Amino acid sequence: MSTITKTQAAVGRSAARGSILGIEGMPLSEIDRLLQLARKMNPLKPRPLLRGKRVLLLFYEPSTRTRASFEIAAKALGATTTLILSSGSSIEKGESLLDTAYTLRAVGADVIVVRHPNAGAPHLMARHLDIPVINAGDGMHEHPTQALLDAYTMLRHKKKLNSLQVAIVGDVYHSRVARSAIHLLSKVGARTTLCGPPELVPEIAATLAPGLRISRSCEEAVRGADVVMVLRVQRERLAGLKLSLPDYISRYQITMTRLRLAKNDAMLMHPGPIIRGLELTWDVADCPQSVIVEEVSNGVPLRMAVLARALGKG
Amino acid sequence: MKQSSQSHSLLIRNGHLIDPVARVDALMDVLLRDGQVVEVAPPNKIRGGADEKFDAKGLIVAPGFIDLHVHLREPGQSYKETIASGTAAAAAGGFTTVCCMPNTTPVLDSPEWVTWVRQPQRGAVVNVFPVASATQASKGAVLTDFRALQRAGAVAVTDDGKPILNETTMRDALRTSAEINFPIVQHAEDTRLTQNCSMHEGATSLRLGLRGMTDAAEAVIVDRDVQLAQQFTGARLHVAHLSTAEALKSVRRAKRNRARVTCEVTPHHFALSDSDVRDYDTNFKMNPPLRSAADREALLEALADGTVDAIASDHAPHAPHEKIVEFERASFGVTGLETALGLAVTVLHGRQKMPFARIVELFTAGPARVVDLRGRGTLLRGSHADVTIFDPKKRWTFDATKSRSKSHNTPFDEWQMTGKIVATIVSGRIVYRSG
Ligand SMILES: [Zn+2]
Repeated sequence: MSTITKTQAAVGRSAARGSILGIEGMPLSEIDRLLQLARKMNPLKPRPLLRGKRVLLLFYEPSTRTRASFEIAAKALGATTTLILSSGSSIEKGESLLDTAYTLRAVGADVIVVRHPNAGAPHLMARHLDIPVINAGDGMHEHPTQALLDAYTMLRHKKKLNSLQVAIVGDVYHSRVARSAIHLLSKVGARTTLCGPPELVPEIAATLAPGLRISRSCEEAVRGADVVMVLRVQRERLAGLKLSLPDYISRYQITMTRLRLAKNDAMLMHPGPIIRGLELTWDVADCPQSVIVEEVSNGVPLRMAVLARALGKG
Repeated sequence: MKQSSQSHSLLIRNGHLIDPVARVDALMDVLLRDGQVVEVAPPNKIRGGADEKFDAKGLIVAPGFIDLHVHLREPGQSYKETIASGTAAAAAGGFTTVCCMPNTTPVLDSPEWVTWVRQPQRGAVVNVFPVASATQASKGAVLTDFRALQRAGAVAVTDDGKPILNETTMRDALRTSAEINFPIVQHAEDTRLTQNCSMHEGATSLRLGLRGMTDAAEAVIVDRDVQLAQQFTGARLHVAHLSTAEALKSVRRAKRNRARVTCEVTPHHFALSDSDVRDYDTNFKMNPPLRSAADREALLEALADGTVDAIASDHAPHAPHEKIVEFERASFGVTGLETALGLAVTVLHGRQKMPFARIVELFTAGPARVVDLRGRGTLLRGSHADVTIFDPKKRWTFDATKSRSKSHNTPFDEWQMTGKIVATIVSGRIVYRSG
């Protein structure tokens, strides 16, 4: 805390109304409301809530599931979608993020969904635009709709979130999915254990949210868990950290043996894309407890709820 | 002594004079004539008239403030700042002398460019002393000609913006420093440890998903340089914008060993910490970055106990297109000339109860010693007539849009502060007066 009082926030501007930038700043009531709204959304029964609205999908990074999911969600609500990729657009010619954003606003965007390699990029856009901005993943920071769809998926199998014991295993440091999930689970009152080597789960990660625990033992983290959330581990990152791949696999890979330490009805989750044989074994990915495919499906109603809410229709 | 074309005298009356070198902390009148201090005496004891009188009742009168670390951006980057606009901001901040950094376009690595910066056509309103580049084009490989740069008027050398990373290069620089009594200013950052990093490594960087600079990146270079400096009797090492508790330990050890090692601390590092980096506001992005609360506490202690020699602004103006971008892509640096005193009085005096005499020392005698500015940093008779007058109790709010700097990239916009510059006098002439 600074010792000097400000007459007003130096940043000056707040995000445009309806923006969804992260879970950290989202009140619990808003999380509940989005989850309830998602339950009313059925991608197979389109509702023209957003007829005539233009949803701009601005992707500075490759994406399969998030992009497809937003696109299908928008169309199921009657909106039109336009996809802008950084390659093949004026972004390639060096146009700044804000100038691109102003251009999209000028062509009539009602909401911009953005995926960007830099943390805070959606926040910058939201401060300078008068239309809502939805964060579809910003660098290593947050991926709020993924955390929301994971909570939505948990609620389809478990009565309440506040009694859950969750193990998050893998590369927390580089993961925007992990940061969003950690904030959401902390807000709903779940007990979360982060598990991985210090290079990927630094000790200081315990300060991310109240009620977090860190364990270096996969067995300890998974034992008795209601949910085991596995995070992707990138080979290149292990190389950069001088952590041997066999060592990681022997200590932290989720195998059937390890998964059996969790509750009998435990859910096995993974935000994808999965790398079989690295962070989990082949059989774990397809085991009856795995909801990996369901997570992808649930992305659509959840993102329908997010888009509807962003445009004041929910 | 050359007589100026028109003789001019200025009498500053009824002020509270603080001059740490003269050991004065009392009501005194000061008479300036033809660019020099000619008399200092208790109120109403100075006889004879003066062309101009300044009533400093209720104000503190101090030697002109000296800022060791300012980026004036000329030559080559006048879209960010010019020598004229930067020195106007300096005057508004109470600085009568600034030392400008060489990371311009081209780099100040030749006597010709050092001379160019000092030419009257640049329109400087305060004294400008260039710090030249330590290596050619600041590429870190081949040392510049220190002797020639010194003769041209450079007061030190540095590769600021970057460190002198190579051990042999640094050792050679310090050897020459000892031979010609010339300070080497180090931007202490082991850049091998800070690739792609945009803020301090800690809980906040982890939360924001930003790659963090470890405090060790500063400490290892300071530690190494202190050891290298002690190999040559008389070598002078000055650590720029020191920001970590670890690096302070090396400086303390060097000072105990009577090595000629000095350091400066910026107002933003003693006023803010990494947890103030909120909402990806790039006005909180600078290098070295805002550090942990513990580092900040260590700086406050070191400012008080004498380990720190000077407060320096590291005024680093940038244009909007370099700052209103993604945090990780934004340029490092914040402006700081006009907020330095307000922050010092508010934080160091208001909260830490630091006496005004020590604050004045950190802005005057301290920096003057670091780069040997003879006749500055004090108002002893015969000194340069550079004077800073401030109101220690005045509460005010900084408005970045009214800054004299060409750039407005400050984290302190709309901050309420105590302690305001009332007048800045350079060579006996008032160059700034608060409106
Ligand atoms: Zn520097």
